Amino acid sequence: MKFGVVVFPGSNCDRDCYYVIKDILRKPVSYIWHKETDLNGFDCVILPGGFSHGDYLRAGAIARFSPVMNTIADFADKGGVVIGICNGFQILLEAGLLPGAMLRNKGLHFICRYEYIKVENSDTPFTGIYKMGQILRMPIAHNDGNYYLDDEGVADLEKNKQVVFRYLSNPNGSVNNIAGIVNKKGNILGMMPHPERSSETALGSKDGLYIFESMVKWLENKR
Amino acid sequence: MLEAEIRVMLKKTVLDPQGQVVKHALESLNHKDIEDLRVGRLVYVKLNTDDREGAKQNLEKMCKQLLANPIIEDYKIYLNPST
Repeated sequence: MKFGVVVFPGSNCDRDCYYVIKDILRKPVSYIWHKETDLNGFDCVILPGGFSHGDYLRAGAIARFSPVMNTIADFADKGGVVIGICNGFQILLEAGLLPGAMLRNKGLHFICRYEYIKVENSDTPFTGIYKMGQILRMPIAHNDGNYYLDDEGVADLEKNKQVVFRYLSNPNGSVNNIAGIVNKKGNILGMMPHPERSSETALGSKDGLYIFESMVKWLENKR
Repeated sequence: MLEAEIRVMLKKTVLDPQGQVVKHALESLNHKDIEDLRVGRLVYVKLNTDDREGAKQNLEKMCKQLLANPIIEDYKIYLNPST
């Protein structure tokens, strides 16, 4: 089982993700430069947080045209597991791999603090270890995390159980308090909170580690 | 040569927090006659062609591909001869 962490110019959580997979999870992992077009041998791809291409135009708008993104779409189409965290989520939205878009935070502030989120779907490759309704403590750090989708689209998300995480108190104005969603097939997750920054007790919370552990468990069961 | 100005605005149905803050700031400066205020983005493009129709089509494509996100934004293209 092998993890890949995509590196865009301006990614800055790539090393945190790499560290969690290699030193805490102890699974094989390597970096994938955004110009790469071959994902052979990978089982799971992580799109990390940061400010890819300076967040110019809109967060993720330029990164979605990086060569690796077409390969990731194929990879996901064939059932590969993809997780986008923070800027990674924004890139997945801009690429159309997940529905919706991000607006500026409602209060216009960059928000960097712990938030509580609730597990709304524990039947995904990313949440198998959590209990339904479990409350997790994870940090957020973003300027554009105000998730937007029209009423019809949101109703669809809710109906298909695609909302995976919801904020207890809505820090950024997201529709229906949405903090993380999956695609219809369930193998692509996008989330604004940072599980890679909450994978060790020494850092204040270990709640995020179980996302990566759930993925490992899910991939092992699949074999 | 042609010049284009592309105005990208958040859709009317989408809340514009930035516009709200600017409106409040102006109101605190005693501008009491503002009904609504929205902030958008202006993209200026100089084209090395005189083919208006072709340019229009290309600019449309640029907007759809990259310059605007159709989920949250509307755009309008203004095309003029280069000055």
